[in-house]
Amino acid sequence: MAKILMKGNEAIGAAAIKAGCKYFFGYPITPQNELPEYMSRELPKAGGVFLQAESEVAAINMVYGASGAGARVMTSSSSPGIALKQEGITYIAGAELPCVIVNIVRGGPGLGGIQPAQSDYNQVTRGGGNGDYKLLVYAPANLQEMVDLMQEAFDAADYYRTPVMMVGDGMIGQIMEPVEFKESVSRFELPEKDWATVGTGNKRKPNIANSLFLDPAELEKHNVKLQEKYATIKANEARYETYNLENAQLVAVAYGTTSRILRNAINELKEKGIEVGMIRPITLWPFPEEAFDQIPASCKGLLSVEMSMGQMVDDLKIVSNGRWPVYFYGRSGGMIPTPAGIIGKIEELIGGAK
Amino acid sequence: MLNERVICAGFGGQGVMLIGQLISYAGMLENREVSWLPSYGPEMRGGTANCSVMVSEKPIGSPVITDDATAAIIMNLPSLAKFEKDVEPGGRLLINSSLIEKKATRDDLQVYYIPANELAVELGNSRVSNMVMLGAYLELTKIVSIESVMKALKKIFGPAKEHLMPVNEDALRKGAAAVRQ
Repeated sequence: MAKILMKGNEAIGAAAIKAGCKYFFGYPITPQNELPEYMSRELPKAGGVFLQAESEVAAINMVYGASGAGARVMTSSSSPGIALKQEGITYIAGAELPCVIVNIVRGGPGLGGIQPAQSDYNQVTRGGGNGDYKLLVYAPANLQEMVDLMQEAFDAADYYRTPVMMVGDGMIGQIMEPVEFKESVSRFELPEKDWATVGTGNKRKPNIANSLFLDPAELEKHNVKLQEKYATIKANEARYETYNLENAQLVAVAYGTTSRILRNAINELKEKGIEVGMIRPITLWPFPEEAFDQIPASCKGLLSVEMSMGQMVDDLKIVSNGRWPVYFYGRSGGMIPTPAGIIGKIEELIGGAK
Repeated sequence: MLNERVICAGFGGQGVMLIGQLISYAGMLENREVSWLPSYGPEMRGGTANCSVMVSEKPIGSPVITDDATAAIIMNLPSLAKFEKDVEPGGRLLINSSLIEKKATRDDLQVYYIPANELAVELGNSRVSNMVMLGAYLELTKIVSIESVMKALKKIFGPAKEHLMPVNEDALRKGAAAVRQ
């Protein structure tokens, strides 16, 4: 199929429908409104249902219900709206149900602003809701990658029976880029949803979608099972890209739009004879730890570049485990890092030396 | 190597977002790498609107233009004040002189004054002033062809607005003629 020029939020919707999403429940918030708008127009044409809920809390609980009945279902919001959805998300994780949640991140805390940010890193990788659970979190850097990952997101959600989050900063939602909707074959062999609450026909015991376990021993057993699932996801689903690692004096880490700005900075530094590598996490959880084993001996430190006041930097410290000093550069509140700003920080760290 | 970074700016309703999209779309049709990034926010309705467009031979890295625009298409006065500083030395500054009486303050840019609204009115449709500016920009840069822009416009307009295609093409050509020496 030929490339078409699409806005990020609309491309997410188109990719979701192509991936078989049949239900969308949402509530408006900038900068992701084009996504529910697109779904309201296009999902019914694909035989699906769009419903604007009365609130974010209602929307995520509709997702819970549809998912429990075995449907491919999605919701989307932006940071403060995702915060409101956390109760539902932890219920869905606890009940082991699949869904895709899109978070087009804006500046916080609180209502914050409407411009791009990455300050939901902790919210999306540390749970966000209560209890010992994880989300599989994708953070594409351009629209083609996002479109390509959408099928994967739905398939992984079904395969692992877990909520999956697709994270883009406001810029990913608003930008227009060419995208191509390729035919893809699922990596996963997806079993029948024999757990779905679709009626028994008086032939079997009812299925129950539930996250309440009042017997502590039973809940612990449930938690151990969840952790085993998360260990499998961690072993199989971490994704990343490396760039210019060879001979790197410093390795900078960034995801999403920030990684694109960082790439420009790295290319400019290369022209000056300064070698800086990049590790770009494509999954935020699981964090791509193995990428750091490829860092060459020439590297003297790690730099986390973020549109936040410093959140992913903690994961760099964990993965470094003392191997390298860890530094941070970030802008926040909707301010976008510039190549010049990143270059300034890197030159300060490595003295501009050859 | 082709690596164009253009800012299109004006007030909401002047069609600056559309001409940015047309440059991107036409670039894509000519097999270039492209991106279109809008400003978005509470200021958009009736206030200033702008977008950053990139057309390149290589994949687009940062889609954000900071102080390195190769060109700026400026449709109203507040946009001149805001974006004149963001054009790189030697870059092109296209000013809609119908609405902007002030001159550019920098002397290290190639500045063009185009009476876009007057030229549009001459065509009988004041709303195509954006296309006059775009025509001038295409004539100066040759980033994409007018033919590709018209193909893109046809896709964006769809059948309902097809009758507006001729006046838009006339506007492109009038803008091009305005800056042709």
